[in-house]
Amino acid sequence: MLQLQVMNSPFNQEQAELLNRLLPTLTETQSLWLSGYLAAIQSSSLQAAPAVEERPAPAAAPAIPKEVTILFGSQTGNAQNLAKKTGKTLEDRGFQVTVSAMSDFKPNNLKKVKNLLIVVSTHGEGDPPDNALTFHEFVHGKRAPKMEDFRYSVLALGDSSYEFFCQTGKDFDKRLEELGGIRITPRVDCDLDFEEPAAEWAEAVLAGLSEGESSSPSPAAAASVSASAPAESVYSRSNPFRAEVLENLNLNGRGSNKETRHLEISLEGSGLTYQPGDSLGVYPENDPELVDLLLAEMSWDPEEAVRVKEETVTLKEALTAHFEITVLTKPLVEKAAKLSGNEDLHLLVSDSNQLKSYMNGRDLIDLVRDFKPWNSSAQEFVSILRKMPARLYSISSSFEANPDEVHLTIGAVRYDAHGRERKGVCSILCAERLQPGDTLPVFIQHNENFKLPENPDTPIIMVGPGTGIAPFRSFMQDREESGADGKSWLFFGDQHFVTDFLYQTEWQKWLKDGVLSKLDVAFSRDGDEKVYVQHRMQENSKELFQWLQEGAAVYICGDGKNMAHDVHNTLIDIIEKEGGISRDQALEYLADMQKNKRYQRDVY
Amino acid sequence: MVNPNLKAPDGPPSDVEGIKDRSNYLRGTLEEVMQDRISAGIPDDDNRLMKHHGSYLQDDRDLRNERQKQKLEPAYQFMLRLRLPGGVATPEQWLVVDDLAEKYGNGTLKLTTRQTFQMHGILKWNMKKTIQAIHSTMLDTIAACGDVNRNVMCISNPDQSEIHSEVYELAKMLSNDLLPRTRAYHEIWLDEEKVAGSPEVDEEVEPMYGPLYLPRKFKIGIAVPPSNDIDVFSQDLGFIAIVENGKLAGFNVAIGGGMGFSHGDKATYPQLSKVIGFVTPDKIYEVAEKVITIQRDYGNRSVRKNARFKYTVDRLGLETVMVELENRLGWKLDEARGFKFDTNGDRYGWVKGVRGKWHFTMFIEGGRVADFEGYKLKTALREIAKVHKGDFRLTANQNLIIGSVSTKDKAKIEALINEYGLTDGSRYSALRRGSMACVALPTCGLAMAEAERYLPVLVDKIEEIVDEAGLRNEEITIRMTGCPNGCARHALGEIGFIGKAVGKYNMYLGAAFDGSRLSKMYRENIGEEEILNELRAILPRYARERQDGEHFGDFVVRAGIIEATTDGTNFHD
Repeated sequence: MLQLQVMNSPFNQEQAELLNRLLPTLTETQSLWLSGYLAAIQSSSLQAAPAVEERPAPAAAPAIPKEVTILFGSQTGNAQNLAKKTGKTLEDRGFQVTVSAMSDFKPNNLKKVKNLLIVVSTHGEGDPPDNALTFHEFVHGKRAPKMEDFRYSVLALGDSSYEFFCQTGKDFDKRLEELGGIRITPRVDCDLDFEEPAAEWAEAVLAGLSEGESSSPSPAAAASVSASAPAESVYSRSNPFRAEVLENLNLNGRGSNKETRHLEISLEGSGLTYQPGDSLGVYPENDPELVDLLLAEMSWDPEEAVRVKEETVTLKEALTAHFEITVLTKPLVEKAAKLSGNEDLHLLVSDSNQLKSYMNGRDLIDLVRDFKPWNSSAQEFVSILRKMPARLYSISSSFEANPDEVHLTIGAVRYDAHGRERKGVCSILCAERLQPGDTLPVFIQHNENFKLPENPDTPIIMVGPGTGIAPFRSFMQDREESGADGKSWLFFGDQHFVTDFLYQTEWQKWLKDGVLSKLDVAFSRDGDEKVYVQHRMQENSKELFQWLQEGAAVYICGDGKNMAHDVHNTLIDIIEKEGGISRDQALEYLADMQKNKRYQRDVY
Repeated sequence: MVNPNLKAPDGPPSDVEGIKDRSNYLRGTLEEVMQDRISAGIPDDDNRLMKHHGSYLQDDRDLRNERQKQKLEPAYQFMLRLRLPGGVATPEQWLVVDDLAEKYGNGTLKLTTRQTFQMHGILKWNMKKTIQAIHSTMLDTIAACGDVNRNVMCISNPDQSEIHSEVYELAKMLSNDLLPRTRAYHEIWLDEEKVAGSPEVDEEVEPMYGPLYLPRKFKIGIAVPPSNDIDVFSQDLGFIAIVENGKLAGFNVAIGGGMGFSHGDKATYPQLSKVIGFVTPDKIYEVAEKVITIQRDYGNRSVRKNARFKYTVDRLGLETVMVELENRLGWKLDEARGFKFDTNGDRYGWVKGVRGKWHFTMFIEGGRVADFEGYKLKTALREIAKVHKGDFRLTANQNLIIGSVSTKDKAKIEALINEYGLTDGSRYSALRRGSMACVALPTCGLAMAEAERYLPVLVDKIEEIVDEAGLRNEEITIRMTGCPNGCARHALGEIGFIGKAVGKYNMYLGAAFDGSRLSKMYRENIGEEEILNELRAILPRYARERQDGEHFGDFVVRAGIIEATTDGTNFHD
């Protein structure tokens, strides 16, 4: 029998040695069986795969593929999607991959992991996403194991307009090194347009893992992956669907301080579907007034041709649809400084505190006005701009109840800063310019971390003040459509009852019909004292705790700055008080709920 | 005592009778539904009961369609009407009501055609606070609406202030003594503790009204000739003061008046009351009580639009009712005394009454007290209330009297009147001063067309015709309502308009200037252009052909432009 060597076979040294030891010991029957077995798994489909587990091959299984664990921490689902995509790529290349949310991963198993990939986003003031909190804490704590022969790499997602850009990714990267890890490839920090850098990172990871290894693709694995993938739309984040707007109205009554747009958008012909809790990504266009202002400020010719990736478009088009002009980021200002002859700008970027305070509330027009002269071409200038990021909005409709439609609930953002009225790019597009019949580039952003309980009988408690109401409208439509029997309880709040009770008549009807079991509302500016949703929760603490004891799942959606914290603390208070347990036990109770997906948040 | 030959009309009781019956003396589930936070409205049944508490649910009809699209419920809000016998309020009370309108209402006050305050736009959760504040200033809203005796009206004419104070006290007494006795109002709004104990017996709770109250609203007014400012013949029960030798001798009693009717239903019609006799002042409560019990026992409880006392009187016959009344009284009325009315309007400007007190009657267009562009009426009246030591009198023509001003204080009040440009009405045409309109759109649920918001605009245009005809100082009453229920007593306006649809009105002519004859429909369902065309023909003719002192309403009858309505029963002929 041929002696296998690295040179004359696709096997590496270790595999060749194992095979050389094994093969001569086989009987003829065993050899026949094995060759048939190998042939079978090569052409096998998904159905055959479990058979492998049920009837493991005798000792001489083929070379063990490299095990890779991918852990993600995701708020909006981007990190999760990237983790899964990377997992698929690695599986295609023959790796044995485990993809898991950090919250689903047993920390004690960390020491068994040899190859770890972390895909994690950062939000707020450098905070980890909800489902990364516990793992982040564990890894940074005393109980984190020292690890040997451990390789890792981090893909960090973030938004460079925030001070603590990609902070959670940086945390993991640094800490895993301290614990003894060796980087497969250096960490990559992604801004809002994460797709390309993320793909490059995945390539580099693959190359790193494959160094000196067999990297021939396994057709079996490839087949199984494609078979298991659901029929997916051709439209995605990188290939958005131009969806027609069917309806666009203001939900706030006359005299309100607020403007909340209700959009109904057609998905007809896109093949796009979604679940309650998912988000819709929207690529907006900049305010034409702002674009004109910028063009005038720079004395640029709107018709000048510029290159954007592989395309050539007019400068006006580039500034309208391709680039972000309403936010200043540190990298942008630093790059801009190189194009400016203005000493003050050079001074500004050298002082990070000054820079931070300058960027706050200012946009590109402020920058180009404040730091003249600019000695760059339009092409040079647009090349430093950030790609127009997609806006994600929690979907406020159920696909089952509104086939081929998706509804959004968008709060119009307007405020004054530095002597000029500032407008939210997407929300004001919707409020002021978007008409029924117009189209918007959209894609579906699945969010596994905000889902109705699988069991339709499970009670749900929904806390969604303001536009936080959106996913709960979707929940109710879905439960109404499916005839789910589980109890449901909504806490809603806003400024004024008369003008700001979003979807009021729908909630009244659901309550009347019994689709919604309980409804409590708080309007902060109607009375002498400000009343918020958490006060209504406190008032109902006994019954609320009763629901928790019955297994209710709690959902919070809306403002992440104050509301989510206040509601979170109120929940702990209620559990502590009504459960008659200590604060620590109450924290544990809630952590346990979170782990069992009975406490989910979609905050922004 | 009860006459077995008399009976109420047959037929199943109307829905409202059932609601009253089940309400446990006007309680219903009001306490509970007022606390519900999910809707600013209340269920219909409770809203029916709410009327007896002086309020009912409305919505801003201007916003109805818009809000429906916005997935918002109608802009529900409560109208709250005070009980203010004879329309007299103290300056302190004025300030409280003024403040409540700002704080919880829509920032304005409506002075009604029944001499009281009406506030609009009060949200459900502010109702209790509002009623409690009203209570704290010794006022209430009990029975301001509903199937009970309403706010008792009485003359505001300041010329005869001695008589005024005497009849005002009687009006107040009637209003108080004819109130429902249930404690529902006090429990629901004023947190009075419920009295536990034996189940209530009807005779104990409501000795006069009984558990079903009246078949329909009931209105009482007291007039002092020659002024018929309260339109005494439009009341279910009217008292006409007879003054002899400067003293109040007593009252002629008139029964069976009322304004409301329904478009297209000739079984409904406005009617004027008829004088049936004379009583001395000490007897008027007794007369009122017995008249009310006749209506309680024989009024129509099956068909609400035929339930007013006027239909009871017309059905049973005036004679029969008189006999029944005298039976119930146990004594006979004296023969009616002679009297003469000259106008149902107000007299404007300063007047000196007895004891050296001054009274200033001012024109309030549409009865609306608000701060307008360039005319800060509400602020002005608030500033006056802060220094005023007399009283305020709301007139039946939606106007206001700053009453009982001492000579010493007159300059101070006059300075404020001048500072804010308040007017005694002389800057307006006599036609405008004689105008009256109900609220109608956007808050009244019954309105088919505009009234308060539109009449001033229409009058602007009619004034051109009036000026051209040289009639600027000729007093002509003009009244507009948004529906035929007649809150602005349209059938007693010399020119009357009743809303049919948005922008369309039935036009009425021929009512008497002193309120003694109803009008008749002249044109049906016409718009502004046609209204103006008609008046362009008639008004100049009146200017040319009228006899000395002849009023417009009398002229159109004499000239054959319209046939006189001699009784409510031939109003539609």
